[in-house]
Parts: sequence; C-alpha cells; structure tokens
Amino acid sequence: MSKIIDIGQYIEVAINWLTENFKPLFDFIKHTGNSTIIGLEWIFLAIPFFVVIGVFTGLAWWKSGKGVAVTTLLGLTLIYMMGFWKETMETLSLVLVATATALILSVPLGIWAAKNKLAAKIIRPMLDLMQTMPAFVYLIPAVLFFSIGKVPGAFATIIFAMPPAVRLTTLGIDAVPKDIVEAARAFGATNRQILFKVELPLAMQTILAGINQTILLSLSMVVIAGMIAAGGLGERVLEGINNLDIGLGFESGLSVVILAIILDRITQGFVQNKK
Amino acid sequence: MSVFTIEYAECDVTFRFISKKIKMNQNRKVKIKVEDLTIVFGRQKKLALKLLNDGCSKKEILEKTGCTIGINRANFEIFEGEFFVIMGLSGSGKSTLLRCLNRLNEPTMGKVFINDDDITSKNNKELLQVRRTEMSMVFQKFGLLPHHTVLTNAAFGLEIRGEDKSSRESKAQKALDIVGLNGFEQQFPIQLSGGMQQRVGLARALANDPEVMLMDEAFSALDPLIKTEMQDQLLDLQDTLQKTIVFITHDLDEAIKLGDRIVIMKDGIIEQIGTAEDILTNPASDYVKAFVDKVDRKSIITAGSLMTEKPTLVRFKKDGPEGALRKMRTTGLEILPVVDIHDTFLGFVHINEVIQAAKRKDPTVESIIHMHVPSVSKDVTVEEMLPLISETRSPIAVVNDQNRLLGIVTQTSLIIEATKFNEEQINELKDKANNQ
Repeated sequence: MSKIIDIGQYIEVAINWLTENFKPLFDFIKHTGNSTIIGLEWIFLAIPFFVVIGVFTGLAWWKSGKGVAVTTLLGLTLIYMMGFWKETMETLSLVLVATATALILSVPLGIWAAKNKLAAKIIRPMLDLMQTMPAFVYLIPAVLFFSIGKVPGAFATIIFAMPPAVRLTTLGIDAVPKDIVEAARAFGATNRQILFKVELPLAMQTILAGINQTILLSLSMVVIAGMIAAGGLGERVLEGINNLDIGLGFESGLSVVILAIILDRITQGFVQNKK
Repeated sequence: MSVFTIEYAECDVTFRFISKKIKMNQNRKVKIKVEDLTIVFGRQKKLALKLLNDGCSKKEILEKTGCTIGINRANFEIFEGEFFVIMGLSGSGKSTLLRCLNRLNEPTMGKVFINDDDITSKNNKELLQVRRTEMSMVFQKFGLLPHHTVLTNAAFGLEIRGEDKSSRESKAQKALDIVGLNGFEQQFPIQLSGGMQQRVGLARALANDPEVMLMDEAFSALDPLIKTEMQDQLLDLQDTLQKTIVFITHDLDEAIKLGDRIVIMKDGIIEQIGTAEDILTNPASDYVKAFVDKVDRKSIITAGSLMTEKPTLVRFKKDGPEGALRKMRTTGLEILPVVDIHDTFLGFVHINEVIQAAKRKDPTVESIIHMHVPSVSKDVTVEEMLPLISETRSPIAVVNDQNRLLGIVTQTSLIIEATKFNEEQINELKDKANNQ
C-alpha cells in the first residue's frame, strides 16, 4: 500500500536538524552522562562485593524489615556466585543515573501539570505517547544523538521511565486537600511556601510510589538498551538470545529479576515509612 | 429564701446591664467596612455587572451571560471587638463573602476596608502581609497539616511569617494553653478528636495574635455536645481577648448564641442585619421569618420587647387606696405597679388588699405594697424570667439601672412566650374551646 501522508519524513528531518544544530549540547550530555555512569560503576566495583551486599542488606533491613533483608542478602550473593556481579553493578549504575535524571525532569513537570491546566493538557498526551510507543523506537534517535553506548541507553531509559513519576506527582499534588492549601493561603503563605511546606510533603507518598515505578521501568528498559551497547545484564541477555544459550539467558534474566525485586522492596519501604 | 433569690436576680441583672454597656461603648470604632461588595463567577463579568446595575435579576443574568452572582452588593460595618455572625444556607454566598475579607475570593466590584485601609487595592505582597498579621482564619475541616505535630501546626502561621523557631513555638505553646491543649503538643492531628483538632485550628489562629478572626463554619463539623462546649469556650475567649470575630454558620441557634449582630444572607443578598432580637422580633422578609419560626424564642426574647410600656401606675402618696381602686376599675386590672414621684419602682398592689385598705380608709397604700417582688432589666430573657413566676403572683417589673419603672411583663404574656404559642394560635385554641 502506498503512503498518503509521510509523517516519518518530518520526524526524520526534525531529528536530523536537532542532531546537526545541537551537536555541542549532545556531546556535552554524552560526556557528562558517560563519566557519571562509569564513575558510579567504578565505585561499585572498587568496593569489595561483600561490602556492597552488606550495605544493601542493611538498607533493606532499615526500611523494609528482616524478610526483605534476607532476600537481598541471598539474591545478591546468588548473583555474585553466578558470576554476574560486574554486569549487575553496571546495570545498577545505569538504572540509578537514569532514574535520578528522570526524577529531576519529571517531578517539576508533574508539579507544573498540577498547577497549570494548559500544561496538563500538553503534557498528558505526550506522556501517553512516551508510554505506549514501542520502547525500541527510542533507540533510534538515541543512537542518532549520542551514537552507541551507555548514554543513549540511559536516554531511551529516561524517556520510557519518566511518565509514571510525572503522573503520580501530578496526582499527589492534586490530591492534597483543598482546605489545607486554603488554610496556608489564608495565613499568608506564598505559592512557594505552599508548594514546599504543604503540597510536596503531603504528596510525598504518592511521588515515592511514582519513583518506585520509574526504577522498575528503568530496569526493564536497560535490558533493551543492551541492544545499543549499553552494557550490563542487558547485553548478556541478548547474547543468550543470539546464541540460543538458554543457560546464559536464564541466569542473566534471573539477575535482572533479583535486582528488580530488591530495588522495588527497598523503595516500597520508603513509601510505607511515610505513612 | 425568696428575698435572697430576688436580690440575686437583681444583682445578676445589673451585672449584665453594665457588661453590655461597656461592650456597646467599645463597639463604636469601625474595624471592617464592606462597600458594595459584589462577586460574579463566570467569564463575562463586565456584562454581568452592567446587567446587575441595570437591575436585572440573578436568573436573567445567568441566562444572558452564564455568570452567577455570588455576592450582590453587600454593605455593612463590623465594629472593633464585635462578634459578627454571617448566617445563611449553603449556596447563600456566606463563605464567599467571608473569603472576600482576606481576598481568598477576589471581589469583582466593591471595596473592603480594614481599619480604614483598603484591602481590595493592595498588591500581592501587601495582601500577604495583611493575611500574616491582621487576620487569621479557622476552617470547617480544620485544615491542619497531617505531617506536623499539634505544636508545629499551631505555629504554622508564624512559620509562614518567618519567625524563628523558639519564638514561634513559645507563642504557639501559649495559644495551645489558652484553648486547653496543654500536654498534647507532640501528638499528630490524626490522634485527636474533631473537637480537639478544631482547638488546634483555633490555637493556630490565636498564635498569630490577629485583630480579626475569620471563622468559616468552624464548629459545624463537630458533634452537638462538643459544639456547645466550643461555643462557650469561644465566648469566654472573646470576653478576655476582645478580637473582632466574623463567624459563619448555617445554624441560627448558633448565630443567636454567639453573635452580637447577625447578617442573614440568601442568594448572595443580605436579607437583614441586626441583633438576634431585632431579627427575631422584626424579621425583614418572609425568608428570615421562616428561619426565625424554628428558633427557640425563650432564650432570645427579652423583657424589653415583651413588656407593656407605660403601664397604668399607682403613684405613691398621690394615689391613696381609693385612687388605686378607681384605676383598677377603669383598666380592669387587678394588680398595679406603684412608683414614687421619680418613677422609682416600689412594688405592686393587689385588688383585694386595696379594697380592704379603702374600707379602713388608709391614707396611703404603704401598708399593702408587695415590696419584695422580682424586677429585671430590659435584656433579661424569657427563659431567665420564667423561674420568677413561682416567686410571686405579681407581674414582673422591668426597671432601668436607677430602678425606674420602664414597663411590666405580665405572667400571661410570659407563659405565652414560653410555650411558643403566638397570640393567633392562642385565640384559635380559645375559639375551639368555646365552640365545643
């Protein structure tokens, strides 16, 4: 069937234009991103594995209790014993950097959408698009902007993982009881004071739930990002697929699952503690 | 025993009289003035205002412009230290009106002055200053921060104002002591009952030490017993602190109990402004009357409005028993009050004793005056007068603070008022009885 409208062509032009005109910016992002991720990896790998396991187990104990601490201890030990420690630390670094960046972008966006109806109208369909577009598609502009490596991997991850954090921030702020906001206003609070003293603290639990979702989505995306040489567990999973190596595929997949469970339970602990 | 009661009653009456007088004198200074205040909700505000000024009704304006008139040209003054109640059903615009005073709602037209200072013309920064220092607010749903303790909640207004921690916490502590929440400082709102939560709300408002307190249905969410307790506490507070309070309620009983003056609102229009008694005795419209009919009048109607003014008198020394008897014949009354030449109330004379005195040819009525009878001031209510009926067979004399007779309240009128029947109803009952 022949094409009547060629949207793709415009997108291509736009992406090319961005690539040509914002090259210095993309280069800057690439270098900063790369050194942050690699720096973090270096730290995780420089510390002896049992210290890392200990720290995570302690964090799990503190925030989520004994059960989660035991799971963390056993899970990370299993990963180490299967020989995926390095890859797991790489993936963890990428997830942490991507999540942090996603949050820096999405919390303010979420606040903006809660405060401004027009902003909400523009942001919501964009979030829909970001969530439903097949995740692989993001890899194309990511590679065009940053070529292959960790930064484009993080870029695609950020786009894919941002929406729940934006949505839940908006939801959290919208759900702050109007009478409390009004009370603050009646006592002469500025918009800034209302945001920081009333809305954000009261929305924090919902925002934390958004952060938890972002972390899990990042983790699912970093595997896909393995396709553009982002490294870590994703690449091992792909290797398993390419070689039809069920053992390798299962082990690296299991490592992803373990990491996901640990990160989920620990962040859940933060959410529960806020209650 | 009976003498004691009467003296007690008189003493109480004098006290009430004096306290009310002091209040009236203080009330002279205007604290808040509202001029032509109008709020239009909707897009075509200008057109709606024009139509309103042309005399169109609320309904016509809604049809033509899609705009709702929230408040329609409200005008009133609130005096310093006054307890001012705005009453109306939901949707009457009372909350909107209250929120115009600190511009949580922006007036479309008209002005609000506080201490002769035009609030409506202030820019944002000045407005924040007014909200931070001059007025604070108490809310129906309390509006407390769930993640703050009672103490830091009470200190919230001061925190917003930028006071340092130690100063704001000591002020908040004082406010909490005043409302009786000493010992609960470290609790969280969710751990407290509704009444106690609202005490925190009250303490938060008091901690700022504002001159004006705005209270939006502050007690409506509380159960009846707690509500009464809070009302009493607020009245006590008002006695000592003398804040200007603007209080909103949909409950006329509450309005009457609390308010020095009451505004009754309907559909954004002020139907009537006046004291509880003004409103009960002279409702300005059918709407107000419909409200008033449901109220327990006993606690509001006073001797002043119930008394017969300029009653037929027996003048001591001038009228002897014969003179008294003649006046009784012409009026058909069996009991008459006795006064001296300065109109000072002396007591009552009863017809059978007057007849005996006339037979004895006594020169004056001195020997037969019932001197130990209750007398009250004008602002004693029916409820307070009722127990006096058992003390005496005479009517109740209404006197001023120099004991001059102003009028008398007959026992019949007192009972009619107390049993809530109006004259029409009584006549109806009589007719029925006669017809049977």
